Amino acid sequence: MKRFSCDELVELVTAFLENDLDESTRSRFEEHLVGCEGCEHYLSQFRTTVDALGTLRVETPGAPRHEGLPGDEGLSRATRDRLMSAFRDRRTA
Amino acid sequence: MESFTGGRLPPDDVVVAALRAGDEAMFATLLDTWSRGMLWLARSHVSTNDSAEEVVQDTWLAVIKGIDGFEGRSSVKTWIYRILVNTARKRGVRENRTVPWSSVFEQERPTVDRSSFQGVDDPLPGHWKYLPAIWPTPAPEGELLAAEVRVRIGAALAELPPRQRTVITLRDVEGCTSEEVCEILDISAANQRVLLHRARAAVREQLEDYFETARRSA
Ligand SMILES: [Zn+2]
Repeated sequence: MKRFSCDELVELVTAFLENDLDESTRSRFEEHLVGCEGCEHYLSQFRTTVDALGTLRVETPGAPRHEGLPGDEGLSRATRDRLMSAFRDRRTA
Repeated sequence: MESFTGGRLPPDDVVVAALRAGDEAMFATLLDTWSRGMLWLARSHVSTNDSAEEVVQDTWLAVIKGIDGFEGRSSVKTWIYRILVNTARKRGVRENRTVPWSSVFEQERPTVDRSSFQGVDDPLPGHWKYLPAIWPTPAPEGELLAAEVRVRIGAALAELPPRQRTVITLRDVEGCTSEEVCEILDISAANQRVLLHRARAAVREQLEDYFETARRSA
């Protein structure tokens, strides 16, 4: 069976991490990885990237702000008040 | 799922029952927990922060209206995000800012610069010419990523084509599963994976640049 080259392997990293590779492709992927330091590093960089993205999650109340990212300020006071009163009025509507 | 619901909100049936009963504290909690992420996502589709805020406002109004009819076929958050994305897309169309979502055809160019690999005249064509570096170990659990790294990632996300940005935001930032993303965006699993891969590769490239610069100036 044809071996992967590194430039082919890098395009499959997400499919690999998602467990979406069929069995034979997966084992070729893993075989390549065992013998290739470059791809091993690449995979590790990719994992670090995904982990780093997860730290941007903004949904936890009181989570650290991320300056300059849209949405960082949350809803304006006025919009929040409007929505709260729309919610309150909904039963009478 | 833990991560997607924030780990702090009660289960969906409790949330839905509370909203139907007019529980203002529950509504306020949802608003304060999800709106920032929603604003961020809306912003990929419309041209100003004000527009994004209106999209989020209209989404919550639709939620207020629709909660009695919510059938629970998806999670509450998936349902709300579907409304958000649809509202944002319509708004984006009006603002002429919309990329055709139905078209799957992202550029087919490779996600890693060809110059990183050996060429046809080299001993091992297609193999690394320069070994990718080992990055410094990520900060321990719970510790914040260096502010500069966050800024770099934010900039990388801002430069992505809207579809890629939406998918990577939902998956890697918001913590949705691939099934949830497909449902929210109405795209196939294969399409989701392609968009996610291209987006991650682009962010990785930015980080590589950052770490390389940091290493040189060290
Ligand atoms: Zn390799």
